[in-house]
Amino acid sequence: MEVEITLGGVARPGTARKNKTGTWKVYMPVVDHKKCILCMRCLHNCPEPCITSVDDKIEIDLDYCKGCGICSSVCPVDAIDMVYEEK
Amino acid sequence: MKKVVEGSVAIAHAVKTIRPDVIAAYPITPQTHIVERLSEYIADGELKSEYVRADSEFSAISILVGASATGARTFTSTSSQGLALMHEVLFNASGMRLPIVMVVANRALSAPLNIWNDQQDSISQRDSGWIQLYAEDIQEAHDLTLQAYKISEDIEVRLPSMVCMDGFILTHAYEPVDLFEDEEVQKFLPPYDPKVYLTTEDPLTFGALATPEYYTEFRYVMQQAMERAKKKIRKVFTEFKEMFNRGEESLISLYKMEDADIAIITLGSLTSTVREAVDRLRDKGIKAGVVKIISYRPFPEEEIRKSLDKVNSFIVFEKDISLGHEGAVFTDVKSVVYHMKDRPSAFGFAVGLGGRDVRESTIEKLIVECIEGRKKEGFYFGDVKRVKEILK
Repeated sequence: MEVEITLGGVARPGTARKNKTGTWKVYMPVVDHKKCILCMRCLHNCPEPCITSVDDKIEIDLDYCKGCGICSSVCPVDAIDMVYEEK
Repeated sequence: MKKVVEGSVAIAHAVKTIRPDVIAAYPITPQTHIVERLSEYIADGELKSEYVRADSEFSAISILVGASATGARTFTSTSSQGLALMHEVLFNASGMRLPIVMVVANRALSAPLNIWNDQQDSISQRDSGWIQLYAEDIQEAHDLTLQAYKISEDIEVRLPSMVCMDGFILTHAYEPVDLFEDEEVQKFLPPYDPKVYLTTEDPLTFGALATPEYYTEFRYVMQQAMERAKKKIRKVFTEFKEMFNRGEESLISLYKMEDADIAIITLGSLTSTVREAVDRLRDKGIKAGVVKIISYRPFPEEEIRKSLDKVNSFIVFEKDISLGHEGAVFTDVKSVVYHMKDRPSAFGFAVGLGGRDVRESTIEKLIVECIEGRKKEGFYFGDVKRVKEILK
């Protein structure tokens, strides 16, 4: 495989979008929407931030979620499970 | 223009003719007259560089990393603890492929507190990705400063350079030096014109994150740049010799090696002393020669191997020690002879540590001890008193 690299690791703005940091995770968050009370604690605590609320439903962007598990641990109703990700 | 000048002043003069855009330096101990004189040139209007007085050597080199990324030609100078304080940023400068040039006045590292000359400071930075050139005398230090810019700024190389000159022995000594004229330098050194540089209109990240998928490749290309630097150094040295009629064409310099049975390998101002000792031994019928290492990084592997082709043994004299093993230069030279069929016997000595005077007689005595078989192959402190360490 050939890779192209710049002299001195120079990068243009916005390249972080192309770098899918979601590949780093070992465990991925899975939301049980029946249990979810839409308190938004996970959304506010996500350090990335990968969690959004769309049409009264929590959505997690797994392309950038690093699997830290903070969302799961702050959830008051245990609606988020951290599941081993098969790659 | 030949003038008798102090070593530091000769470097300041060379830098003045090179006209760096930005000079950043920590002005207090450990520092030399190099940046002191440069600040005077600027105050007197003789040099138009931006001069930044930094609050530490760490800041000084960090300022140059930023300045160099904008496409500016940069210069700094430091010594001993100051260079040690720069350690972290040295790797950033080389990794970002910024052609900063720094003159290091080689001095010992504390503790115990010692301000005198040895080469532990720059040798300790050998893995930082900087080109390291060692000067034997003031003229060579003055000349290498200009050559370093041409080598570092070349797109095939783009690595920073350290020009290492022995503290006090060269920085504070007075010698006749053929000083550069402005026009000569402008003719020899093309302007630094990088295609990629930082501006406020076009923001860039230098040295961006490289994950395990890419980091190895960045280190690999730096190693290749070091290999290309060998060629470039030879080319720049040759161009310099054609234009200025002095200097070397190789990464090493040989003295009386044509018929030598024993090679004495060294670097920096120690070379002159070693050469005198070799002359004395020649008078006594001992066929010794000198291999002076000018470029320590990249290491002149091919040249050294070729120069040791016919000798029975070699002795390295160096002003540093990798504690827990041996002299760093000795290790490197031994690695070069590993693949030789009839490899020569290897002896190494640490001498002149912390400013201890190295006499011709000491060098001569140690060489004779090796030749006469009074020393086994290996590494030694060349000039050490009997010590009783009080362990309580």
